[in-house]
Parts: sequence; C-alpha cells; structure tokens
Amino acid sequence: MSIIPSLLLLSIFLILAVIVAIEARGLLSTVISVGAAGLVLSIIFLILGAPDLAITQVIVEVICLVLLIRATVVRHDTTFTAKRDRFIIAVCLVGGGIIIAITYYAFQSMQAFGAPLMNLSQEYLSQGFQKTGAANYVMAILLDFRAYDTLGEATVIFCSIIGAYAVIRKVGRIKK
Amino acid sequence: MKGMTLIVKQVTRLIIGFIFLYSLYLILFGHLSPGGGFVGGVTLACGFILLVLAFGKKFFNNLISDRATTIWDCLGALGFLAIALIGYLGGAFFENMWVEQGQEFALVSGGLIPLANIAIGIKVGACLAGVFLALTVLGSKSDTHSGGDS
Amino acid sequence: MNYSILPYLLAMIVVFVGLYGIICKKNLIKIIVGIIILDYGVNLFILLTGYRTNGIAPILTKEDDLERFQSLSVDPLPQALILTSIVIGLGIVALMTAMAIRIYEKYQTFDISEIRQLKG
Repeated sequence: MSIIPSLLLLSIFLILAVIVAIEARGLLSTVISVGAAGLVLSIIFLILGAPDLAITQVIVEVICLVLLIRATVVRHDTTFTAKRDRFIIAVCLVGGGIIIAITYYAFQSMQAFGAPLMNLSQEYLSQGFQKTGAANYVMAILLDFRAYDTLGEATVIFCSIIGAYAVIRKVGRIKK
Repeated sequence: MKGMTLIVKQVTRLIIGFIFLYSLYLILFGHLSPGGGFVGGVTLACGFILLVLAFGKKFFNNLISDRATTIWDCLGALGFLAIALIGYLGGAFFENMWVEQGQEFALVSGGLIPLANIAIGIKVGACLAGVFLALTVLGSKSDTHSGGDS
Repeated sequence: MNYSILPYLLAMIVVFVGLYGIICKKNLIKIIVGIIILDYGVNLFILLTGYRTNGIAPILTKEDDLERFQSLSVDPLPQALILTSIVIGLGIVALMTAMAIRIYEKYQTFDISEIRQLKG
C-alpha cells in the first residue's frame, strides 16, 4: 500500500480545520482556522516532496491572514444574526452527497496514487540538466521549458493588483 | 497607521536583516536549491509588511513611498520582458542563451535563468508590498459604531 | 473499496467544503474564506497526481547519478504549475479584500442579503 499514514492523518486534520472555518460563529475563529489549515497544507506539501511549495504556502498564508484581519476584525463586526436559509443548505448537502458518489465512480479510471504517468516529465528529467544547466528542476521548467506560463502569471498578478488599486483609490470619488 | 509597542519594535530591529538576507538567498540561488523568484519575492514582501506593521506607515513612507513601489513593480515586469527579448539573439523568443558558458552547480550557470529570477523576485515583492500599503489607508476609521448587522 | 484513490477523495472533500461556503453563507468574509479553501483544495489535488512512492524532491545535487535520480524523483511538472497558482491566489485575496472594504464603507454591513436590498 503506497499511502502514508501521516498523510492521511494530516488530511483529516485539514478537513476538520476547514469545516470549523466555514461553520464558526465569530470572524476571529474563522480567520484563525484558515491559518491553521494553511499551515497543515504546507506540511502536507513537504511530505509529498515539494520544498518550494511548502515555503511559498507558509508565507502566502501568513500574508492572507494579515490582509483578512486588517479588513475585518478591526471593524468590530463579528456577530451574525441573519436567519439561515434551510432550504438552500439542505439542497447543497444532498447535492454534495450525490456529487461525491459520482466522483468516486469517476475516479476509478485514474492512475493509482504513487505511480505517476509522467508522459512529458520523463523528457524533462532526462534532458533538463544538460539543456538548461539548472539543478532545481522546478525552476528549470518554470523559466526555460514553460516560460510563457510565467509571463502569463506575471500579467495576471499585475492585473489583479491594478484592480485592487482602482477599487481603493481616493481620486475620482463622488463627494457627498 | 501607528506602529506597535516597544517589544515588537526591538525584536523587529533584530531580525529584519535576516529576513531580507534570506529572501536575497532564495532569489539568487534559486536554480541550485529550493527557492526561486516567486518564493524570494513573497518573502521580500513579507519583510516589508513586517516593517509597516511594527513601525507605522509614516516611517515606511520615508524610506519607500507608495509611488516607488509601483515603479519598481513595473520595472520588474519590463525587465522580465526584456530578458525574454534578449533570447532573440539566440534565435527564438525566450531562448536560453549562454548556458554553456557557466560551470555546473556554480552560482554563474544556467544562462538567463538567474536574471529571470531576479526580475520576478523584484516584481512580486514590490507588487505585494504596494497592495498592502494601499489597503492600510482605510484601516483606522469606521470604528465608531458596531456595524449595522442586525 | 478501492483504497488507492483515497487521497484524491479527501482532496475533493476540501474542494466541496469550499464550494459549500461560497454558495450557502451570507457573510461576505465567509464567502472570501470559501474561495481561499477552494484554492487550497484544488492545489492539493493537482499535487497529489504527481507523487511517486518513496520519491525524492526533484533537485539534483553534486553526487547524484542521473539514472537513479530519474527513477526516484517525483514529477516536477505539477509542482511548477502550482507554484504560480499559489501566488495568484494571494493576488485574488488582495483584490477581494479591497472590494469588501469598499462595500463596508458604503453599506456599513457585510451581510449580503441586506446589500441586495439597499440601492445606491
């Protein structure tokens, strides 16, 4: 069996942290649970053999926490008194159960966990070091074999940050 | 926004140099060990955010103004595009030139990859620090009433 | 019961909890948290397809030989794609937080049922 017990334990902890984050009654509990989920996800990335992703996930999750706390908790709006819409929640749960059953049958044709297909990566792994000269294969793929995707990603981040500036700026607001 | 208490300021003074040194290491040695442009860039932005939170926005604006972060952001993106266009000297867009002129496993190796790492690191770091500075502008008011959530 | 697809199902459960948060919750911050959790779930799922049993990280050191490294390392292609996806997720959270701040300035509440009723 190729499933590691620590991976299963951490995945179950991740699912519990995520459920607590969605169902908690106060905003501070929600934000802290999301932080815990991000930290556990970073440890899962390390177990799966991806050290770059683990560092990135920890720092991105800390910055997300700081942004959410800056936006919400300082505004003292932490009580929920709206009525739950029971019909929509029931439909969501029943629909979620049906979709999980369909997903189980759809995943029967996926490759087993622990034996990747590696159609393209076999070529990257065998010729990567002599063609690019970089020992870190993830960077060699991102900046040499797939450099267009990195250019696209820089463009997407640029546009989203310009969108945030345009929403927040003070110039051009209608004076009351 | 105001800064924080004396303990936070003193600890920040002690460790901020190591944070910037670590982010510089991640960017420069990105092609030899785990790291790269993206990881170094977000660590750099995290260092700037720590400075803003501990010492206040006014102190940070004396070092780097809001306009300067957007200018460095654009310079990083244009630098990445310029590195892509240099590849035309080798025959194609994004062609990795000068690979055979470096020795293996050394700092100077991998052709254009370290230069692209530096450009991406500057871009991501300046961009995320700039958006955090823009979002803290509206942080200190609207605490008078507790929200109309009833 | 096919046990070799169990990690994939656990990752899909995280995706569904995120979707549930987007659809059924009324507070704007919980909708943003739902989008963050959806992002985590999708990144985990894609990374799980590239794992090799007892594999090593795809970083070459000086004393490795190439054939042993090729047969033992995990797949580096999903890792490269997810690295950019994580940083884009941070940009998305910054944009959504900016919009939430502006909505709170205008309507003084985060409750979306009240925001739908008020006009301008």
